[in-house]
Amino acid sequence: MTGLERFQDAFLKPELIERYWPDIVSGIAVTLQIAVAVVVTGLALGLFLAVIRSYRIRLLNLPIIVFVDIFRALPPLVVILIVYFGLPNLGINIPGFAVLWLVLSLVLAAFAEEIFWSGIVSVRKGQWDAARSTGLDHWQTLTSVILPQAIRICVPPLTNRTIAVTKNTALGTVIGVGEIMNQGTSAMSLSGNATPLMMAAVAYVVIFVPVVALGSWIERRFAWKRA
Amino acid sequence: MEIFLFQFLNLDIMRQAWPLILSGAQMTVLLCLAVIPLGLFGGLLVATGSISQWRALRWATKAYVDFFRAVPPLVLLIVIYSGLPFAGIRMSPFMAVCIAFFLNASSFYGEIFRAGVESVGRGQWEAARSTGLTWLQTYRFVVLPQASRNVLPDLVSNTVEVIKLTSIASVVSFTELLYAADMARSVTYNTSPIVLAAVLYLIVLWPVVRLVSRLEHRLGH
Amino acid sequence: MSALLDVRGLRKSFGTTEILRGIDFSVAAQELVFVIGPSGSGKSTMLRCCNRLEEPTAGHVFVDGVDLMAKGTDINAMRRRIGMVFQAFNLYPHMTALGNVTLALRKVLGKGREEAEAIGIAALDRVGLKEKAGNYPSELSGGQQQRVAIARALSLEPKIMLFDEPTSALDPELVGAVLGVMRDLKEAGMTMVVVSHEMRFARDAADRIVFMADGQILEQGSPAEIFGNPQNPRTRDFVGELSR
Repeated sequence: MTGLERFQDAFLKPELIERYWPDIVSGIAVTLQIAVAVVVTGLALGLFLAVIRSYRIRLLNLPIIVFVDIFRALPPLVVILIVYFGLPNLGINIPGFAVLWLVLSLVLAAFAEEIFWSGIVSVRKGQWDAARSTGLDHWQTLTSVILPQAIRICVPPLTNRTIAVTKNTALGTVIGVGEIMNQGTSAMSLSGNATPLMMAAVAYVVIFVPVVALGSWIERRFAWKRA
Repeated sequence: MEIFLFQFLNLDIMRQAWPLILSGAQMTVLLCLAVIPLGLFGGLLVATGSISQWRALRWATKAYVDFFRAVPPLVLLIVIYSGLPFAGIRMSPFMAVCIAFFLNASSFYGEIFRAGVESVGRGQWEAARSTGLTWLQTYRFVVLPQASRNVLPDLVSNTVEVIKLTSIASVVSFTELLYAADMARSVTYNTSPIVLAAVLYLIVLWPVVRLVSRLEHRLGH
Repeated sequence: MSALLDVRGLRKSFGTTEILRGIDFSVAAQELVFVIGPSGSGKSTMLRCCNRLEEPTAGHVFVDGVDLMAKGTDINAMRRRIGMVFQAFNLYPHMTALGNVTLALRKVLGKGREEAEAIGIAALDRVGLKEKAGNYPSELSGGQQQRVAIARALSLEPKIMLFDEPTSALDPELVGAVLGVMRDLKEAGMTMVVVSHEMRFARDAADRIVFMADGQILEQGSPAEIFGNPQNPRTRDFVGELSR
């Protein structure tokens, strides 16, 4: 066998590609579902917390800040293991994919809150004064004057952070969630061949390279607004 | 409540697990000391490549950066550690982690440095070159110091990410903090060791996260 | 041939736009030459070609007899002999005034810290800013920053100094001190080429005025000739416009 054939035999074996193709596809479906769910709940929760914080009620702000700091400081995998192995011990049984969704949503929410909040405070105080002087209340000022301005500077960091958290869906493999990586590695040990692993890696590249490219495009598009 | 404390904040179990956790923490520190400088160094190379005069090199660095920013680090690590042996390339978990982190961190640090270098005006280059400094001297003494200062919050916050990311080394059986904690968990059937590991991460990273927020808010205005 | 700076057949294009269309001029030792002309006439580009910050499309630039365009010329060694002062100062914001002055002394000339600092302090003293040696650019006024920039160029003992609109970015009340430093340099025998709109200063201090328009030198002569009796109609319009 030539070197190239040997390489193909270990990493790109056609019959294995054919055999494990459905597994990888189902992994892709799981990854995408969890990713979308995480983006929706994470961003919504993050925005919700930032809005609450804008009321500047100390009793509510403190727990928000603590929550945000903790989830920005902890490695997501640590939290995933705590929740996944800890909850059953309390008699609460939730499946792995739900743990992954929950933890990643909380992580994204923490980062998103911080970004939304930075955006809100970056709008000059005169905007609040002007809006309130015309009789708008706090909620009206926030939603119709402040947030539309804040959102602009939030978009680039939010995009990057969202992509980063979404990539963490691969961590699900550690707790047996049937996402792409899990499908790839279990097929690899079943077949004794690296082909399924390569398929999984390629699937990630195919999904995330366009997303990252989109992210940098958004970053450039919005760049001129800053500075 | 009692069962919660028993499962998550069990001081007896934490005490038993402490020596194991401590040695894991030492390995994490060691790992950070290896991968952060590696990543920063690689990032400088990437940034330098991405502002090169040669179009081919610029495109190559762009492709490198986009690719390794897109691949989840865990995927990269598993491919290197479990995939490469099929090509006859075997390495220790430590080596695999170093390579994966170099590829991943250098592309993120590289983008940050590039933004920093681009934030330094053309006049700085011209002034330095007009006094006879070479390109490299100008880059090293005039541009890079300003560039890194301009993107300091991003550098620090990416370093936090790198430190957090070292936890995935546990997946390839590198005996760092999370691996040690999870080992203790599987022996004791109790989650407290991982909570203890989390506390260690928090003690180190919480102040840094606070600092990053401060820096970002200050530079934002 | 006593010309310290000799520019021959200098051309520069950006894409299809021709900015310099054949410039010939020379500057003798200790001469102060003032380059004037409407904006967009190519004055700054010409100046920036004199140390190859801008790469000429064609032509030659000789400084002290050395061809800057020749392959074997060490451009960095030549550049330290050609001081340049910029409109926007371009001080290094991460270094003190003294750090700004000593960087090239240490890195290009390889001087030790102590020697470099002694030279740097002397250079700052010449521009009247010795006591600001430890200040960062952001702590200095525009006029002070520009004087530090002059000291930065001066410390390298240049044969010739190029000034690219050195006072255009300054508030009017800060211009005087910078011009004062330039006048001192002139008196000390420095060779200078100045692109500027400070016509009063040009009249007082310049040995020769060069009038440029559309990438060409249209007329040159003593201040009295150019301001008093311009020959070219474009010069006449430009000078008339200014004195109105």
